[in-house]
Amino acid sequence: MEFDFAEEQPKFLMLMYGLIAFVVVVGGLLLLLDVVPAWFARRREAQLVTASASGAPLPRRRSKGEGLFALFFLLPTLLLLTVGLVVPAIRTTLLSFMDAGSTNWVGLRNYGWMFSDDSIVRVLINTLVWVVLVPLIATGFGLIYAVLVDKARFESVAKSLIFLPMAISFVGASIIWKFVYAYRGEGDQIGLLNQIVVSLGGEPKQWLLESPLNTLLLIVIMVWIQAGFAMVVLSAAIKAIPGDIVEAARLDGVSPWQMFWQITMPSIRPALIVVVVTLTIATLKVFDIVRTATNGNYDTSVIASEMYNQAFRYGQNGQGSALAVFLFILVIPVVIYQIRNLRQQREG
Amino acid sequence: MTTATPTVAVGTQKTDGTPSTTAGRVRKRLNSRTATLVSIVIAVVWTIPTFGLLISSLRPEDEIKTTGWWTAFTNPQFTLENYQQVLFGRSSSSGQLASYFINSLAITVPSVLFPLAFASLAAYALAWIKFRGRDWLYIAIFALQIVPLQMALVPLLKFFSTGVTLGGVTLMPAWDLVDEQKFAQVWFAHTCFALPFAVFLLHNFISQLPGDLMEAARVDGATHPKIFRTIVLPLITPALAAFGIFQFLWVWNDLLVALIFAGGGNETAPLTVRLAEMAGTRGNEWQRLTAGAFVSIVVPLIVFLSLQRFFVRGLLAGSVKG
Repeated sequence: MEFDFAEEQPKFLMLMYGLIAFVVVVGGLLLLLDVVPAWFARRREAQLVTASASGAPLPRRRSKGEGLFALFFLLPTLLLLTVGLVVPAIRTTLLSFMDAGSTNWVGLRNYGWMFSDDSIVRVLINTLVWVVLVPLIATGFGLIYAVLVDKARFESVAKSLIFLPMAISFVGASIIWKFVYAYRGEGDQIGLLNQIVVSLGGEPKQWLLESPLNTLLLIVIMVWIQAGFAMVVLSAAIKAIPGDIVEAARLDGVSPWQMFWQITMPSIRPALIVVVVTLTIATLKVFDIVRTATNGNYDTSVIASEMYNQAFRYGQNGQGSALAVFLFILVIPVVIYQIRNLRQQREG
Repeated sequence: MTTATPTVAVGTQKTDGTPSTTAGRVRKRLNSRTATLVSIVIAVVWTIPTFGLLISSLRPEDEIKTTGWWTAFTNPQFTLENYQQVLFGRSSSSGQLASYFINSLAITVPSVLFPLAFASLAAYALAWIKFRGRDWLYIAIFALQIVPLQMALVPLLKFFSTGVTLGGVTLMPAWDLVDEQKFAQVWFAHTCFALPFAVFLLHNFISQLPGDLMEAARVDGATHPKIFRTIVLPLITPALAAFGIFQFLWVWNDLLVALIFAGGGNETAPLTVRLAEMAGTRGNEWQRLTAGAFVSIVVPLIVFLSLQRFFVRGLLAGSVKG
């Protein structure tokens, strides 16, 4: 009945191997970088000595050394990115044109399936709802809160409270909210939401079973987590507005309302865009919440969770890959927009 | 949300200097009161779900299942039995979370260290070593953030299970990992997926270091590895901390990567996988779910609260300009 610590030993052993590997790889790399150039330097020196002794022309200093260094510095990263991201991404694209077992080419059939199967169309619509609502509401809440607590006495505590859910896993957050949505047929309610409904004279509901309400309730979880992120970034942007601009506006006698729309909003526009874009990307990839809260049942599935189901539960590699590629296509424009924005900001 | 909007504007008024008239002063105080009130209401709403879960996790099983957690204020009954059971219980239904907790730890530590080291090396090279195609390489690595990790899952799993063969020649044998060894797969996957963002974030910091410092060191005959170790590393410690916290929270809280690369057993699966499973199969065992959720939350919360400063700095560097 008791927990046996000895049984856990292999894990610690494995962790130790991992740490040893880390020391060997990184230490070895740095050592190599130190030793090899020193050796080249010595050899060059020797060459110089013999060259000057024999009166031959001095060997030209090679400028390739820099490139060699760069190669070594970049080697692990490039290797891992190639093996872990580039090649797999290409392979997934190819797999999306193949059948379930990845043996025969089927052309665009997987994509056709995606847009014709009713349940998958439902998934696409759900994703759209997520991606519209989450960035909008989370940013809205974050902005309102950032403005409200700006320069308040309890600011740091107040901000920590909203920011805290950022540290909680999506799984943990989903359980927290599942508890809020909990339902009991008879007797007292144990879920907060149903208790509120009951005390207002309503009937308790099985919140997570009712489509399309359940999707909205899952979105609440995501908003709850992400509003803190929006708040922190926007709050920093608000604090970065130069004091003299605010002062000048105040001397001109603008109302707080005007101040907000004409000074604050334009000043924090770049930060606002970054927040919305980041939240959009995060929302497109949302998986944990849906899986933990409803497992994608009752019409709540989104692209990322459906991709998992198809590829890893139903063994439909082709269809799963097609969903992954579609997700990729959706993310591209958003990221390009962000890159352009960052560059403008940098130049401006 | 719409009802709260007017108070936004009102709230900004407390930055005003003290109005000269009495009426103005009273109005200002009232307005900042509304702002304060609204912000407190939001903060409370935001905290209540977590608070409710914490209270519940400390209540006896019968109480949790029959009455709301708010009744604990009028009828306080607390116990640590739930935690005891969910952490150390040996029956398969109890959770056995202590074991999964160790898995989370074993997965997280190397998954944070590896990308940190590799990315800082790469970021240094991209920022301070001159070579052809440097900018293109940086943009390429940055752009890899586009690839959602969902796209890499199927082939990467195949890579581990069957290795790499090119035209019949085995370039890389299958890993054939069992039980605890599967940690290596998870480390590998997390490291790969973290690199684009890590390089981007650390590059932001490293490229802003003063160039004179590097120049002076170069003139003194220092090589790049030496500069990297003795000058750059100490200077970018805050950035390393920022990314370290990011990566820690992301790995500790991750479900998808672990689900696919760790296997489901208590030899390798982290807390999140186990919790998600419990939420699915034992959705009504609230005494275990609430305590379990708190076990998984507590470490990131501690890290987050104690290192919040670095985390915020990293967040701002990653999303907004420097």
